[in-house]
Amino acid sequence: MRPRMKTALAAILLSSALAAALPAIAQEEIDFLSTQLRPIEEAQKVRDTILKDFDGSVNYLVEEPPQFDVRMRAEGQAGKRTIDLVGALHGELQPLAATELDAIDDVAAKLADRGIPANLMELGKLGTGKQVYVPWMQATFIMVARKEALEYLPQGADINKLTYEQLAAWAKAISDKTGQRVLGFPAGPKGLMHRFFQGYLYPSYTGGVVTPFKSSEAEAMWKEFKNLWQYVNPNSTSYDFMQDPLLSEEVWIAFDHVARVKEALVEAPDDFVTFPAPAGPKGRGYMPVIAGLAIPKNAPDRAAAAALIEYLTKPETQVTTAQEVGFFPVVKAELPADLSPGIKLIADAVAKTQGADDAVAALLPVGLADKGGEFNKIYLDTFQRIVLRGETPRTVLDEEGKALADIMAATKAPCWQPDKPSQGACPVN
Amino acid sequence: MDRVMIRARTSLLPYLLLAPSLLFLAALFLVPLVQTVGLSLTENGIASLANYQRMVTDLNFLPALRNTFVLVIVVVPVQVIFALGMSMMLQKLSLGRDLVLWIWTIPLGVSDLAAGLVWLAILQDRGYLNSALMGLGIIDGPTPWLTYETPVALFFSVVAAEIWRATAIVLVILVAGLQLIPKEYAEAAEVFGARPWTIFRRITLPLLRSSLQTALILRTVLAFEVFAVVYAIGGRNFPVLVGEAFVWQNDNQNTGVAAAYAVLIVAISLASTVFYLRALRTPPEQQP
Repeated sequence: MRPRMKTALAAILLSSALAAALPAIAQEEIDFLSTQLRPIEEAQKVRDTILKDFDGSVNYLVEEPPQFDVRMRAEGQAGKRTIDLVGALHGELQPLAATELDAIDDVAAKLADRGIPANLMELGKLGTGKQVYVPWMQATFIMVARKEALEYLPQGADINKLTYEQLAAWAKAISDKTGQRVLGFPAGPKGLMHRFFQGYLYPSYTGGVVTPFKSSEAEAMWKEFKNLWQYVNPNSTSYDFMQDPLLSEEVWIAFDHVARVKEALVEAPDDFVTFPAPAGPKGRGYMPVIAGLAIPKNAPDRAAAAALIEYLTKPETQVTTAQEVGFFPVVKAELPADLSPGIKLIADAVAKTQGADDAVAALLPVGLADKGGEFNKIYLDTFQRIVLRGETPRTVLDEEGKALADIMAATKAPCWQPDKPSQGACPVN
Repeated sequence: MDRVMIRARTSLLPYLLLAPSLLFLAALFLVPLVQTVGLSLTENGIASLANYQRMVTDLNFLPALRNTFVLVIVVVPVQVIFALGMSMMLQKLSLGRDLVLWIWTIPLGVSDLAAGLVWLAILQDRGYLNSALMGLGIIDGPTPWLTYETPVALFFSVVAAEIWRATAIVLVILVAGLQLIPKEYAEAAEVFGARPWTIFRRITLPLLRSSLQTALILRTVLAFEVFAVVYAIGGRNFPVLVGEAFVWQNDNQNTGVAAAYAVLIVAISLASTVFYLRALRTPPEQQP
């Protein structure tokens, strides 16, 4: 053998030895895959701050929800699990419950002293009778307004008990006096506008989401919302996160997920007020967003994953999570008095939302599996057709209602809160 | 005996050299293409046209089809005219030709999405354009150009961004083509008193035909696949075919309808290629 060949061969041997050794090293790390806290700044906070005191090394990975679902199923089918722990929303874990996720009643039993509310723990069973996930953190959507908008608030309106009618009057007053349309919604390509319809508008006006989709109340609701839309900033169909237009003063009053206004509130807490979303004839619809922790079947290191669940649900970790990323504790934990002013603004609005007398909780869709995207599309298409393209509400509701009924029939998903429980697929009346 | 072996080897050699690229294309293009066609023609594993039906009845299908075609019809001719003019001007430059060419081709090195974001920064409410217009006293406050209420301004914004971004590829092909044309033709015509316009029309343009064909095919196919620039500037306000494929796959999580869009885009691209190949065919006797 020539010397050069020998060196090359040695190099190949060495590198393949290294490659063989790598998985062995990687196995000591816990692979934690999450669909939440994906933006790079938030992921970095998870790695550097939230997981800092955990006894062990964690590889925090993120994945968008559709890819998360595909990956979990693919790993299950291939029989080669790489993920030890998953963190995802209630609705994202639900379709994986039957085939991909392990029962973790043993882990949940150890958390009895955490003070996780019984109804949240019950949600974690996903109707299977076994604990599928342990609640991890919660969030919701709130309203944020710049303080200069407050002087235009209609007389007699209490900002914490606003109605949709008053919101329209408010936006109209600003538009009349300043000539600007300053109400904003996250209706951009990556915005969460569909959640506004599913968790706020529909429950507030009809008391349901699916069953009364094309009811006469819904028809009246869309007419009113179309009227409101004339005071909405036309850039709304490009807004993904409301924090940017709020900071740039393009928008004065906005609705969005707490995590998507957090930056504005933390950066300039003195410029903003926060308050619950408005109420309609049937109450104040709101959507609690619950993220849970689950262990996949045949996870490489189940014991370590269980230890990580215990760590993440500790009151101290939960408080750190709230401070760092604006998701709130699911366990009994006092938020410290010295909470940063921005986070405190969020915490106040969340507390007022959950504590409102007329609150109507609307859960994220359950049981739609891979039809979740098309379910959202129904609400967005209805909005686009009625509000943006000016089609007749009745025609649109009948057509989209049929498409909605088809999805419910195909998935056989029973009704979820606030719709009345159903036998079999949730009906569209 | 040896001679036969050598001859066999030399006749095999071209195929052996081509084999890796053919295998590569087959594995990464043909197989996925066949799979995509298969996906688009099945629903829950049963052969059906349901995906195509859903595609054409969707509320964004006609707007997307119309936007894509109008965009191609407006953008591609403008780009070819610009590129022709630019390449002719380059011909006349003796000093700094390479520098000018280099600057003109900078957009080629910028990713689609980055180009879209640059134009978004210029055109959004508080962007550079509005700042300049406000500075000049033409408008009083931030004026939106990119919303669903201003479809014409939005369309021309996309056109401007596309022309800025993708004229360079046509330019590069035409510059290469122009260099292949022997100078003697133009000189001979000049001797006979032909004016520059006549030389351009009667000599340069016909001899540039095959380069134009290449440029047009490439540019048109890419224009039908326009996505990132539109997505950055127009979002959901300006649906295009590839954007809809993306939305069906990513947001609506319906791979079947996304595949139907993909097949439609392939069909349109193929049809436009065949059209150019026939329309701009250079007869063998005219080939240089």
